[in-house]
Amino acid sequence: MSSDTAVVRTPGAGAPLWRRLVGFNLLTGILLGIGGFYLGWFGAHWLVNGLDIESLDYFGDTGQNDLALFFGYILGVIGFLVGLGFANYPFARLRGYPPSLREKEEARGVGRYLRLNTDHKVVGMQYFVGIGFFFLVAGLNAMLIRFELLRPEPNVWPAGNYLTLVTEHGTMMMGMMTSGILGPFANYLVPIMIGARRMAFPRIEALTFWLLMAAGVILISGIEYGGIPTGWTGYEPLNDQANMGMDAYIMFFALVGLSMCLLGLNMLATVITMRAPGMTWTRLPMFVWGVLSTAVLMLLAAPVLIVVLMMAGFDRTIQTSFFIPAMGGSSYLFENLFWVFGHPEVYILALPGFGIVLELLPVFARKPLWGYRLAVAGFLGVSLLSWTVWQHHIFVSGINSDLRPFYMLSTELISIPTGFTFLCAMGTIWRGRIRFTVPMLFCLAWVFNFLFGGLSGIFLSDVPSDVTTHGSFFSMAHFHYTIMGGLIFTFFAAIYYWLPKMTGYMLNDRLGKAHFWLMFVSFNSTFGPLFALGFLGMPRRVVTYPSNLQWLNDWVSASAFVLGISMLIFLVNLVYSQLFARVPAGDNPWASKSLEFQLPSPVPVHNFDRIPVIVGDPYGYGEEGSVVARPPTVPIPAGGGA
Amino acid sequence: MRRLGHGGRIAVIWLLSTTVGMVLVAIFLAPILPPGNGSKQASGQQFDNEVLLLVSVAITAMIVVYFGYTLIVFRERDTKATVDGPSIRGNAGIQTTWVVGTTIVVLFLAAFGTYELLGGAGGGQGANPVFVPSASAAVLQPNHKPLQVQVIGQQWQFTFRYPSEGGFESASFVLPVNQEVELHVTSLDVIHSFWVPALGLKADANPGVDNVAYITPKKVGPVQIHCAELCGLFHGYMFDTGHVVSQSAFKAWAASQRQFVSPITKDLPKYDTHYLPDPPFRAG
Repeated sequence: MSSDTAVVRTPGAGAPLWRRLVGFNLLTGILLGIGGFYLGWFGAHWLVNGLDIESLDYFGDTGQNDLALFFGYILGVIGFLVGLGFANYPFARLRGYPPSLREKEEARGVGRYLRLNTDHKVVGMQYFVGIGFFFLVAGLNAMLIRFELLRPEPNVWPAGNYLTLVTEHGTMMMGMMTSGILGPFANYLVPIMIGARRMAFPRIEALTFWLLMAAGVILISGIEYGGIPTGWTGYEPLNDQANMGMDAYIMFFALVGLSMCLLGLNMLATVITMRAPGMTWTRLPMFVWGVLSTAVLMLLAAPVLIVVLMMAGFDRTIQTSFFIPAMGGSSYLFENLFWVFGHPEVYILALPGFGIVLELLPVFARKPLWGYRLAVAGFLGVSLLSWTVWQHHIFVSGINSDLRPFYMLSTELISIPTGFTFLCAMGTIWRGRIRFTVPMLFCLAWVFNFLFGGLSGIFLSDVPSDVTTHGSFFSMAHFHYTIMGGLIFTFFAAIYYWLPKMTGYMLNDRLGKAHFWLMFVSFNSTFGPLFALGFLGMPRRVVTYPSNLQWLNDWVSASAFVLGISMLIFLVNLVYSQLFARVPAGDNPWASKSLEFQLPSPVPVHNFDRIPVIVGDPYGYGEEGSVVARPPTVPIPAGGGA
Repeated sequence: MRRLGHGGRIAVIWLLSTTVGMVLVAIFLAPILPPGNGSKQASGQQFDNEVLLLVSVAITAMIVVYFGYTLIVFRERDTKATVDGPSIRGNAGIQTTWVVGTTIVVLFLAAFGTYELLGGAGGGQGANPVFVPSASAAVLQPNHKPLQVQVIGQQWQFTFRYPSEGGFESASFVLPVNQEVELHVTSLDVIHSFWVPALGLKADANPGVDNVAYITPKKVGPVQIHCAELCGLFHGYMFDTGHVVSQSAFKAWAASQRQFVSPITKDLPKYDTHYLPDPPFRAG
């Protein structure tokens, strides 16, 4: 790198601490973010109070200036991104500097995780820590919810705080964990698995992460502005009636939508255009297929979310009336648009998990994946059908009653491609040599949990049964079985399986098994009884309930606390094994045939010195001399393909 | 007799466990499934729940038996060495059978659900209901008319209006037994959902919308009412107790109410399928 490509200099390791803190990094990002927020906040107050704009006058004397809050959030996010250094490269290019890779190549040490970095492996680790943090916060919210439900009458939180807790838990989980697998693992692994040196759009990749972090902080700030009373669905017109905290929800979800959309775009572009020579579609690892089918949904569903939230934001600020019935709007409009996004969203959460299960089972059954093409068809089928089912969320709302049979059919049809995943899992373990490692246990738990999640879904898709179960704890149990039982269990499978590759150190096996069994048992003990509670007539999101349901609720709460403790065991394991025990993982701790395990741990900055030639799929277990890749015949120098 | 292979053993264990499971579920669990027999529609829903539960038992047994068997029989006994299993990459016969089999089950479930839906199933159907329970009965008896009851949701209470009984409005939900009721559910502010679990009735209350649901109560007694859609601060407190009473008791109650609230009734807005409220104002 010649010096004229250096846009902004970073002080070297020898510089004093204060000097190293000055520059484009997280600290500057936070400071500029706070500055931007107050600039927007006071600027908009001045706009409303100082200028005499009639449509905005009503903000002037209410103390509920949504416009100011939105301006604050928007300028805050912009300031945050500029402080991190997102503006440097575009401006350097505008000014005529040649392209460079300095955000990737010049970064060293811990500092590279705290600023804009375009190495997909660094972004993956950033996601892992960032998403993990918000996962813990949202999980803690769930603990507080269960504290409240220990007694039938409100005892810990007043009704308003309780609803805010419910919303924070639900929205944060749905928003953040959307990227729970794609963020850390797809960003880290997809380029390696397809034999590439980077993602198609490395700066967009970094942007998706930092947008998500800004969004998370914004959502939490909603507590400060009066709380959020709507739950994660944010239905209108309650949305319009709510306090300023609602703006935090709108801004959070819109930013998550933007992040999702860009992440999906990036994944699609990467998998389509950056595959190594010989990586045909039928040699693609199942995890990449899971990511690909998810990415399609992300790219197409997230814009609907962004638009519907913009409409809600306009209703709250500049007095449009998309959703206000008295002024010609419709509450159905929000419900429909939200679920057009919302149903693909739940498959965005589920599909990466399918991919992980089918990726890991061959490794630990020591057999090739059974029915590769059927499994791929299953993923794509789920991806396609998920667009046709959204009205099953509003079966009793009173629209389109003549279309009920159609939505019932389309919803139940999804169980056919989902069943393919089960069949392929069953075929893969048949006559295998099954090894019960921690990642394998989590994958097998997926089978069990998703089975119950899927079967309870049939009750909710069947209109007469749905009249009983809709909006009750039954549906809550159902989606926790599919999302927590499906996504979070495979999330942990992925951590135990791939983190040794990412950091170079194994996770402790004994603590891992303790974590698994405690989590598996307490998960079922928490969410199983919720089916019964729903059948017994307990609606969702209530702060009080009939006193005859108390013992069942207490059981659930106690189990939920144990579930929380199992997460602590994982945290202890993570800290102990990665910071203290540090057992080296070696290059291939699981004797896997997959491409990422043929590289050193942790993976070098440019992944491959030479782009490999792919000669087979990664599932050739029990096949003599089967390899996934061989060295290239034409050498491509490092950096040349980047 | 030939010794059974792995597949045969799994099939036998599955058949046995499914049979036992189904019998146990049918005897012990099915009768206590919700929503019970409080109304014609509730009975229909309960039948749906029973059928789906039995299907679920068979599927659960298949997956659990298969995985239980294979995980025990095909487990690696020597975990020190890494030995690969046989390379089997699929089986056209099994894959075809599975695809056809699951498709048949799914189509059966959808057809079954649609058939059960024909009576309306107690769910809200909007202003122009398609699945009317007594469409045929109405043809046979020209003067057959369901009792109309309007449910008005507002934060955080349901009130009830009886247009065919003089149009009075009441805070009590009272229905006559064995009488077809046509509920018109609407809201004055945000979305609520009128849920009477024991009657198998659930219909969203949307502002500016007339959401019709049909119900024919079969049992006299108190019924719990809940709001099943998050509607703001006191959503959790939006519950109440309604009553299904005999037809004569209903007439008597309606007459007394009509007289009791008559000074208010004349000040009520004219009966309508929905009432458009003022635009909502933010709490400051």
